Amino acid sequence: MNPRHIAAIVLREFYLVRGSLSRVVPLFAWAGIDIVLWGFISRYLNTITSSGFSFIPSLLGAVLLWDFLIRVMQGVTMTFFEDVWSRNFLNIFATPLSISEYLSGLVLSSIATSSVGLLVMVLLAATVFGLSFLVYGVMLVPFFLILFVCGIALGVLGSSLVLRLGPPAEWFVWPIPAIISPFVGVFYPLATLPPWMQYIGRALPPSYVFEGMRAIVSRHPLPAYTAGVGAGLAVLYLLLACWFFTRVYRHAVRTGLIARYSAETLS
Amino acid sequence: MPNVLAATHLSKIYGGMVAVDDISFDVRRTEIVGLLGPNGAGKTTTINMILGVLAPSSGDIRIEGFDVATRRSQALQHANFAAVYAPVPGNLTVQQNLVVFGLLYGVKNLAERISVLLEQFDLKKFRDTKCGVLSSGEQTRVSLAKAMLNSPQLLLLDEPTASLDPAVGQDIRNKIKDFVTKTSAGVLWTSHNMYEVEEVCDRVLFLSRGKILLEGDPKTLPREHGKATLEELFISIAREPLTLEVRSAS
Repeated sequence: MNPRHIAAIVLREFYLVRGSLSRVVPLFAWAGIDIVLWGFISRYLNTITSSGFSFIPSLLGAVLLWDFLIRVMQGVTMTFFEDVWSRNFLNIFATPLSISEYLSGLVLSSIATSSVGLLVMVLLAATVFGLSFLVYGVMLVPFFLILFVCGIALGVLGSSLVLRLGPPAEWFVWPIPAIISPFVGVFYPLATLPPWMQYIGRALPPSYVFEGMRAIVSRHPLPAYTAGVGAGLAVLYLLLACWFFTRVYRHAVRTGLIARYSAETLS
Repeated sequence: MPNVLAATHLSKIYGGMVAVDDISFDVRRTEIVGLLGPNGAGKTTTINMILGVLAPSSGDIRIEGFDVATRRSQALQHANFAAVYAPVPGNLTVQQNLVVFGLLYGVKNLAERISVLLEQFDLKKFRDTKCGVLSSGEQTRVSLAKAMLNSPQLLLLDEPTASLDPAVGQDIRNKIKDFVTKTSAGVLWTSHNMYEVEEVCDRVLFLSRGKILLEGDPKTLPREHGKATLEELFISIAREPLTLEVRSAS
């Protein structure tokens, strides 16, 4: 892999974000709004329950982690969409850039853009609502890593769908996190779900993060395999997403879709 | 030393439709080859296959001896292109676009190279202007500057002067000829302007219905086929390709 090729993708994204308020604001605005909304909901729930249980680390913490995954996913897809919106596929894929370099550029761009959202969320949650990350202990690191890898995998999958189906397929990408969230138990234990939803949930890496987080907050024993299974699944999905993107790209080169992308389909 | 471009038995079939039909040709160093033909003849399909963005159904393409199918990055390191239908992104400035593409093509001394090209294509005053707000002629000049960033040994130009006024068109033609003389690059050039083709091309390939029907010197080819001008020859090929096909075969 040529680092200059990867740097070109990241630099392009930097140029675009730097010069555009409409690209900067979404990096933190929705995440910030979510933290404020769920922060107050958590506070309210604390006042109406008499158990002394604090919803801040379980509910607001879960929202923060889930929003982090969404920011990571959107970091990948937004960088990819820049090529869609500027009809740049012909220019970019006619260069010596390889697919692995392109995907690496998307991932690095996502790290940079999602870090902004994460920073804002952490600051708001800690300063306004008193969320302490010490509650989660060292497990916070694997939790973030699992969600990061899973977010990248979803971003690559979303980009593949748009590459295969054309620009209007963008609308399939935005709801992906909303479709997944009921299955991964962001706000409730997986045991709440009917068995068929639990099976799907257990196949999704974020479930292990949220189950683990709730176990830590409730001071229940955390099964040793939790982080390992979540991480293994996340890596597996990332590999599958990259494989799928490569397949879709090769199909687009074989059919001529890359060169005539605005046509959406060649059939 | 291999030819800068060697295309051998190249075909592209979409479903049942043959877009390019078993064509073979090469582009030598310091040579400007015109790829001519009516709309839908297969010119852009051929260029897209050379650029690696469209896989041939059969045949192979070598740029500076590197097979585009198996050594894509090395092959494309030696090539670049400008096409009227592929402007550089309009949401980046001229300078930003050249930096990004310079990194993608691995250009050494990039800042210096960009300065030279901005000067050469009279783009200095637009350095910090977003490409999307430039006139079509100015955008074409940016595309050409991008195409020459890596001093490619193979330059593919798909109607590079289509949106330029005659004076700027003339100037651009001279710049491309100058580039070829200085770098020994080979150029594959498509155009519907037969005056331009006659002026710049050393050799032309007439493509119709995916096949190469004629090949030769644009200055002598019309007379060899009983036509007064290249334009007349073009029209006769566009209207009656089969007649010419039979004649060239016999």
